[in-house]
Amino acid sequence: MRVGLISAIAVPRRGRRGTPVDEDGELVARLQAGDEQAFVQLVSRHHAAMLRLANSYTSSPAVAEEVVQDTWLGVLRGIHGFAGRSSFRTWLFTILVNRARSTGVRERRSVAVGDAGPVVDRARFDASGAWMSPPQHWIEDSDERMQAQALAGHIQKTLGELPARQREVVVLRDVDGLSSHEVCQVLAISDANQRVLLHRGRSHLRQALEAEMDRA
Amino acid sequence: MTLFTRNNDLVCQEVVELITDYLEGALSRSQRRRLEAHLAGCEHCSEYLEQMQATIRITGRLQAEDLTPEMREEFTAIYRRWRAQDD
Repeated sequence: MRVGLISAIAVPRRGRRGTPVDEDGELVARLQAGDEQAFVQLVSRHHAAMLRLANSYTSSPAVAEEVVQDTWLGVLRGIHGFAGRSSFRTWLFTILVNRARSTGVRERRSVAVGDAGPVVDRARFDASGAWMSPPQHWIEDSDERMQAQALAGHIQKTLGELPARQREVVVLRDVDGLSSHEVCQVLAISDANQRVLLHRGRSHLRQALEAEMDRA
Repeated sequence: MTLFTRNNDLVCQEVVELITDYLEGALSRSQRRRLEAHLAGCEHCSEYLEQMQATIRITGRLQAEDLTPEMREEFTAIYRRWRAQDD
């Protein structure tokens, strides 16, 4: 399983909330005026996040690259009609999702079946619903290990194993830093649906972290 | 999943299912009050909440690699081809 070109970076926060929309605005205006460098800068800014998303539709890196390239061609064709009603990023990701879906690269989506139970094993609660096997304290340790990049591979692997819909939402929200509103627009899902997918995805990741920290 | 409760209090097993709605600000005011009342008296669920927040933080540290020089060239070429067709 792979999740695109994700690599861990030890320094927290640097740019992790994604790119401010207004910076795109300037580049978009320059691109509309025919500035080649503006295009390359926009690609540079968004390419990796797009690849991550494209990879959640296909197990083939080549197909994912193709979907992303195709999306940028769509951007070039449509840029003069882009009026900025949504952010450029939302528009871009919406094109990508439509391309990915229409290309029919959806084999990974079938994984979602059977993921409907409680997010924490029932056996960890007593009959009254209170913790019997409560969560242990490992937060500081996990932060330290993430700083040292020791957990990145594990998180990537778990992301790769999530059902595709959950992975889309978690990657867009928590890795790429889109707002819930943007994610709903990009994936054409309701707010409630977005929250359910986010909840399940994040809960899986927490569980994987817990297992890893317990093992250590 | 509805668990038997004698009163209006949430139990731990319900709390873990509401954590994301709580963090997303999607709970009603009364649900939010009930959840916070539970958290105030339950160290395990407070720990669970902190773990979910840590998970979000840690996932957010994954970053993408920058565009390589080769990819820059590739996309410059894509732009030029498109311009040539478009003109």
